[in-house]
Amino acid sequence: MSDGRQLYQEVIMDHNKKPRNYGVLADANRRAEGHNPLCGDHISLALRLDDDLIREIAFQGETCAICKASASMMTTNVKGKSVADAETLIQEFRDMATGKLDTATQAHHLGRLNVFAGVRELPTRVKCAVLPWHTLHAAFHEESSATTESGEF
Amino acid sequence: MTSVSLHKQAATALDVDKVRADFPILMRRVHDLPLVYLDNAASSQMPQPVIERWVRYQQSEHANVHRAVHALSEIATREYEGARDKVARFINAHESREVIFTRGTTEGINLVMHGFGRAFIKQGDEIILSALEHHSNIVPWQMLCEEKGARLRIIPMNDAGELLLDEYEKLFNAHTRFVTLAHVSNALGTVNPVRGMIHTAHQHGVPVLLDGAQAAPHMAVDVQELDCDFYTFSGHKMCGPTGIGVLYGKAQWLEKMQPYQGGGDMILNVTFEKTTYNAIPYKFEAGTPPIAAAIALGVAIDYLNGIGMGAIAQHEQALLSYATTQLRQVKGVRIIGTAQEKAAVLSFTLEGIHPHDAGTLLDMEGIAIRAGHHCAQPVMQRFGVPATARASFAFYNTFAEVDALIAGIHKVQKVFA
Repeated sequence: MSDGRQLYQEVIMDHNKKPRNYGVLADANRRAEGHNPLCGDHISLALRLDDDLIREIAFQGETCAICKASASMMTTNVKGKSVADAETLIQEFRDMATGKLDTATQAHHLGRLNVFAGVRELPTRVKCAVLPWHTLHAAFHEESSATTESGEF
Repeated sequence: MTSVSLHKQAATALDVDKVRADFPILMRRVHDLPLVYLDNAASSQMPQPVIERWVRYQQSEHANVHRAVHALSEIATREYEGARDKVARFINAHESREVIFTRGTTEGINLVMHGFGRAFIKQGDEIILSALEHHSNIVPWQMLCEEKGARLRIIPMNDAGELLLDEYEKLFNAHTRFVTLAHVSNALGTVNPVRGMIHTAHQHGVPVLLDGAQAAPHMAVDVQELDCDFYTFSGHKMCGPTGIGVLYGKAQWLEKMQPYQGGGDMILNVTFEKTTYNAIPYKFEAGTPPIAAAIALGVAIDYLNGIGMGAIAQHEQALLSYATTQLRQVKGVRIIGTAQEKAAVLSFTLEGIHPHDAGTLLDMEGIAIRAGHHCAQPVMQRFGVPATARASFAFYNTFAEVDALIAGIHKVQKVFA
């Protein structure tokens, strides 16, 4: 089975059907919207930071399965972590998705997120996987919105 | 099975197996599976005679056109102008000088926006276009409106994707200066009743541009019978190469319009004080044109004529009808665009599955469709969807490929089940 199909069948379906941390966060103190104008994907991300710690995080949106699964797994992975640790994951996730980080041979902190390495087989879908991470980065930096078309990938 | 009987019916008009043998790319495999190419509305494939003509031109005939007195330049000029004559006959233009070669439909529209719009449209004027236009027939006119203080008036459509003609007629007033309209919708497949709509516009003394990108490859187009003022289409959607397109315009308009770009070939005489522009069509063809692409487009037209636009339309309609029937039987499918008159474009959504996921999973089966907004975001908004999946057919597609698409969709649904 190709990594691409495995990506769909194993992870995405689970998180697509039962996305974790899906919904609104009433006491959020950071928010950002993420857009992929090419396919219409849109996610809203809300988090509550206590000092430097991600206490709560939630997302909502109208997205494809890859984006939703990526957002779902992102929330479970960064919840309880410091902003600095989350930024490390953001960088490593982007590098993995774009092929700059080979998780098979290089050290990383991605753990289960490593399954998204399969998205490299689907170059047209890399942006779908990265959008939630891009949005999280925007939320940390108090930017209200993120787009896949800003040329930062 | 229905497919078999339908296939036999269609075979009487068009021998698909024989046609397919002309397209080398259709023999290739994708992800180790036979390619099922259903993205023809985006770009069609090129048959061997067109490929060979391109190569022969570059191998033995190339030089610049309209310039030198040497043999190669004469050959290149003759072949390039011969391609213009073929285009003129293909759309039944009154004269070859009414045919301008462009880079494609988008450039054709921009040429009219600049040459006609910038010259004749003023503050307070109105331009009518429809709710189902491609971005390329919206954005240039928006740019013009911003520049001139003019405004767009939009013809609405019903839930089937058909334009509301009563509403169209109500849009005309003393400020209406121009109508620009898709002949066939790329996102919905709707064939607009353009002949009557042009007649209406002319009753108000308003000229009409038709975006024929999705029509010219699929049906016989007669610009004199339509009586359109402008008609534009692309070579790469009708078995020709990319980088070549056509703008037809009535000579009376083209002569009044200002040039689109300045440069060589579009002038008769240049001094630092004054330039005299060349006659049409050359006034609109500044610089060295895409010579090989134009000649190859001429051969693509020969190829389509060899099969017959009637036979092409008949086969594609049979494919559309079969695909629509089969797709309707799939649970959770919503077909977007159900006009009475349609070209072979099938836009749809699958309940609970984003079109991009469907597109990716179908690609893994070797099936190429388009997923997205199809450069028609207002159409997506009208139907309340972020995107659709779109299968679009050409005369070289088969009923077996429709079956492969349906089987592929069932597989996609299984992944999401």
